[in-house]
Parts: sequence; structure tokens; C-alpha cells
Amino acid sequence: MSDETDQTTQLSCQELVELVTDYLEGALSPAEHFRFDAHISRCDGCGVYLEQMRMTVRMLGNLPRQALPAGAERDLLDAFRGWR
Amino acid sequence: MALARAAESELLEALRAGDEDAFAQLVREYQPSLVRVARIYVPTQAAAEEVAQETWLGVLKGLDRFEGRSSLRTWIFRILTNIAKTRAQRDGRTLPFSALQDPGRVPEAAVDADRFLDPEHPRRPGHWAARPEPWPEDALISAETQAVIEEAIEALPANQRAVISLRDIEGWSSEEVRNALDLSETNQRVLLHRARSKVRRALESYMGGNE
Repeated sequence: MSDETDQTTQLSCQELVELVTDYLEGALSPAEHFRFDAHISRCDGCGVYLEQMRMTVRMLGNLPRQALPAGAERDLLDAFRGWR
Repeated sequence: MALARAAESELLEALRAGDEDAFAQLVREYQPSLVRVARIYVPTQAAAEEVAQETWLGVLKGLDRFEGRSSLRTWIFRILTNIAKTRAQRDGRTLPFSALQDPGRVPEAAVDADRFLDPEHPRRPGHWAARPEPWPEDALISAETQAVIEEAIEALPANQRAVISLRDIEGWSSEEVRNALDLSETNQRVLLHRARSKVRRALESYMGGNE
């Protein structure tokens, strides 16, 4: 294991996809983070995958909010009036 | 986003003074998340909506005694989980212990194994056999895409749905989600990872990619 590019130190694509959330959450150790970046820099497929996960998160943040059914809101406001 | 402390104390004052608009605003802000979190504990959407409704009554009852030691939001969600747990117990529903505490017990792959070369492959073990293709930017803002996402979220197990909703739709921090759902850091991340991975997969499938 003297060689830095030794197989045992490299992530496979299949391993990488399981680390994407830890990566985005900043939860990887510095060594793992380095291995992740090293893999991404030379693997187009994983680069696309990471970008898809980022887009997924962005799209989730842009979902329209669910409206409350009119009846439920009315009931709650009635309760609020009764409370005061 | 969390209300800033100053905004929160203003809101509290308004609520205590009987300001109906302030209450309506609070309800609109948190009702969707309350229902999603309640679904972890009760089996149907209707039951979850009842739990959320009961939560608001609990909020009104406790408002004068709320001392602001936690954020208003954390306090509201604590009321919710207490009501939901009590109700689950009353209905004779025992929560599977693993529901929130041990999501990692059953492994789930983010991407199907058949998308990759064999782990014993001589040259490229575990490399993409069918690599993902970039998504067209303009497809991402369509109403159809939103429907795909909502359908994927609906299909998630309740604990994954609660975590992804609070984190990614409502924009909570991981610490707030852990407090509201009483999750460890690791379990929160495992649930988030699985939920995001499934939503991504649904989008890929919709975009006409592999799977």
C-alpha cells in the first residue's frame, strides 16, 4: 500500500453514491472527503450523479407549499377566537 | 426557515393578545410539516390531520405558560409528538422500535446494483455500467416534474418522508430535525440519504434515463 493510487484507497462508483449525502452534509472525514473529490474529478458518471442529487435538493426546496383545507383553517380560527 | 428570536417574541405577543392573523400565519407555516411528522406515528392521512388539529388546541392551551426556553417551533413539535404517541398507544399501535431509532438495520441501495459493474470486475469493479445522463435544466421547473417529486415523497416510508420534508422542503437545519424527531445525527442522515436517493431515482426515471 505504498502507492497512493492503490486500489484499496480508491472509491468505486457504487461506494461513492452511498456517500453523497454525507459529502453534502459535510460529515465525511478529511481523508474520505479527499477520496470523494479525487473520484469525482476523474469520473464523469459520478460528477453527473452528484449534480443530480444537488438538483434534487434544490427542486425539493422550490416545491409549492401545501395549502391547508379551508375547513380546517376555519375550525382552528374558531378555536382561537374561543380561546381568547 | 426558523423565525428569528426577535420575530418570535413579537409573534408570541401578538398571539397572546388574540391577534387572529398571527395565529393563521403560524398555522399555515407549520401545518404541512405537522401532518407529515404525525404520519410517522399514525397510520392514515386523516388521523395525522386530526393529530395536527389537536396539536393546535394544545398550543392554545399552553401558550400562556410557554416560557421560550426552546424555540416556539420546537415546542409546537414536541406537543405534536406527545399527542401522536399517546394516540398510537391508545389505538393499540405499537411503534416498531426501528421506526426512528435504527433505520440502518435494513440496508437500502441508493442506486440499483445492476447499474454497476460487478465488484469482482477485473478492471473497473463497481464502476457505472449504465452511467447517469445530465438532466435538461428546463425540465426541472415544469409542473410535471413537481408532480413526480410529490409522488416520490408520498411513496416514502413515513420516517424518511418526515425527514426529507423538514430538511429539504421546509429548510430546517439537521439539528432542528434531530430535536423535533428525537433522532441521532447518524440516523437523521441515513433517513435523509435514502429519501433523497429515491426522489433522485424517480426523477431520473421520469427524465427517460436508466432504470
